[in-house]
Amino acid sequence: MDRGQALKTTIPEEDYMTSGHIACSGCAAPIAMRYCLKVLGEKTIMVVPACCWTIIAGPFPYSSLKVPLLHTAFETTAAAASGVRATLDIKGDTETTVVGWAGDGGTFDIGIQALSGAVERNENILYICYDNEAYMNTGIQRSSATPWGAWTTTTPAERPEDKPKKDIIEILVAHQIPYAATATVAYPHDLMAKVNKAKGIKGSRFIHILSPCPPGWRMPDELTIKASRLAVQTGIFPLYEVESGRKYTITVPRKEGVPVGEYLKLQRRFAHLKPEDYDTIQNNVDRAYDRLLRKVKQSETL
Amino acid sequence: MKKILMGNHAVSYGALLSRVEVIAAYPITPQTQVVEELSKMCAQGKLKARYINVESEHSAMAACIAAEQAGARTFTATSSHGLTLMHELLHWAAGARLPIVMANINRSMAPGWSIWTDQNDSLSQRDTGWLQIYCESNQEVFDSIIQAYKIAERVLLPVMVVLDAFVLSHTYEPVDIPEQELVDQFLSKLDYPYKLDVKNPCSFGSLLPPEYYLELRYKMQKAMEEAHDVIIKVDKEYQQMFGRSYGGLVEEYRTEDAELVLVASSTVASTARMVVEQLRDEGVKVGMIKMRFFRPFPTQEVVNALKGKKKVAVIDRNISYGQGGIFCEEIRSVLYNIDQHERPPVFGYIAGLGGRDITPTTIREILSHTLKEDKPKENIIWIGVKH
Ligand SMILES: Cc1ncc(C[n+]2csc(CCOP(=O)(O)OP(=O)(O)O)c2C)c(N)n1
Ligand code: SF4
Ligand SMILES: [Mg+2]
Repeated sequence: MDRGQALKTTIPEEDYMTSGHIACSGCAAPIAMRYCLKVLGEKTIMVVPACCWTIIAGPFPYSSLKVPLLHTAFETTAAAASGVRATLDIKGDTETTVVGWAGDGGTFDIGIQALSGAVERNENILYICYDNEAYMNTGIQRSSATPWGAWTTTTPAERPEDKPKKDIIEILVAHQIPYAATATVAYPHDLMAKVNKAKGIKGSRFIHILSPCPPGWRMPDELTIKASRLAVQTGIFPLYEVESGRKYTITVPRKEGVPVGEYLKLQRRFAHLKPEDYDTIQNNVDRAYDRLLRKVKQSETL
Repeated sequence: MKKILMGNHAVSYGALLSRVEVIAAYPITPQTQVVEELSKMCAQGKLKARYINVESEHSAMAACIAAEQAGARTFTATSSHGLTLMHELLHWAAGARLPIVMANINRSMAPGWSIWTDQNDSLSQRDTGWLQIYCESNQEVFDSIIQAYKIAERVLLPVMVVLDAFVLSHTYEPVDIPEQELVDQFLSKLDYPYKLDVKNPCSFGSLLPPEYYLELRYKMQKAMEEAHDVIIKVDKEYQQMFGRSYGGLVEEYRTEDAELVLVASSTVASTARMVVEQLRDEGVKVGMIKMRFFRPFPTQEVVNALKGKKKVAVIDRNISYGQGGIFCEEIRSVLYNIDQHERPPVFGYIAGLGGRDITPTTIREILSHTLKEDKPKENIIWIGVKH
């Protein structure tokens, strides 16, 4: 049988991740890395802080990546990426892409100062945040990326998360970042197109990838892609990009008539929510989506 | 060429002549002129380096670590709260075996806010794996930066060059700046064996299970031990090339026939040297050792200089709360294993915290107290405390 025929795909075949990494089954984080590296290629230097990816990359002497990898302290991703970039610049290497690859905790919380500093300086780096909406590596504690209503080990069901998810893209847009985008693993072509676009831009670039985590989200591990897709279809995690800090484009619109409940009910981290909580979330999502549509409209006239 | 330079600019010139390639720094009094001058040198093209205006000292060290790991010679300078903010990354830099050089201007820790000198900022970084050089003059500051790169790149550990706030940082002294060519000969181009390289992809700093960690730390300690001889060698080579040396790890001054030996560091050593000379004229058999290096600790030098002496007086411009002066503590500890009849009583004085002046009178007071007493009555003898 012609196996090549059967496996034909529009996703590039080159792989810069090896098999045998040690993420939990169903983890979206290695899937996201794999897609990104397929686009970025071998001329890439990865900078990774403390997060699940510290583990996924493999303990010494193993590595699940085929590109150079610098582990760095939890809060330093963007500063460390700036340092690598500085050396490449002084040595005349303009081709290699320096990527900061961090979790939501390392990005939204403890690393936001270094990130803000680097983006304000418009460092020539690509920063990718894989967002599983909590500190997973340390056992599912809430972060400022944890959505309203979610259970985590520090927002127990008796008092679940009561703050909305931080709008990280708007924070970056406020820095006039040349390129910012959202993506998720259920839409690999969209994700890779954004990475490709980002690769071609000079200056700071940021990609925010929603990255389902079966143990942290309390869902069966075969639901990763479904959850990722429903997050987009419901409008909970819209897929869009912002160019030059002002031009908003929705790349995959949400699907009419898919209520947020479809997404929420897959995950036991939302199991304690009542019908009126679903309504609250639905209202907030609708409002945020309308706001995004207005930004798209406004930026069309720019 | 001789220039009249403030201590801070002596640091900048040291970095310039060392041809550093990446600088990441954040301002703090009394370090600011170091980085202002360097950013000017970069802007004017005198120094071909990338200067990163980071948003904190923490990011400064993170950027230096990453830049160094990618193969550049890096530099930063800080002080006090800036240094202590870096603490986590000081462990990182040393653990990653990166030969980063940094200047730290000794400044006291708040509260209350103090911009004046004492050594608690740098000495509280004792266990991070950095070598530490305490300087006495602006010339020594300049020379030590260049020596520091050579030492660091030989033993693959980072080096902190330390100078007193204001007493050196803002005081102008003549400094001999050698020709670039000579410095280039002394300090060959950094060729870092392990670096981030897309042609040879490696991971740095991966998760390290217990079966490997201990060995890496053992090697760090071995590198520190090896640094001892490297420091002496580099100081000698420096003398051959530039005509100046600092005795390696410690400088002994009139200790040979001394009965009482004073131990001092940084600019206090200058004042102490003068007082020793005066007391010698008055017939007192006193000498001094200047502790130039604190890490690696000059165990052998200290033992050799102090063994068999009648008394030792240590001046500490620092304190480890709940114990005592930090130099004094370590000196007592290295003397513990020598023969009891050769082991002198060690008087531990604490003075000058928060930039209070340590004058010749202060040092005379310390010496006459030591001469008067047979043994120290207390672990700490405080000088100049107003009650
Ligand atoms: C300064 C510091 N504080 C805390 C930690 C412990 N820590 C390691 S990973 C982590 C959580 C990371 O969360 P996130 O960035 O969201 O990545 P994830 O593990 O979810 O992939 C924490 C709190 C640390 N390594 N360093
Ligand atoms: S805890 Fe979650 S994010 Fe971490 S490896 Fe497992 S599935 Fe992935
Ligand atoms: Mg997370």
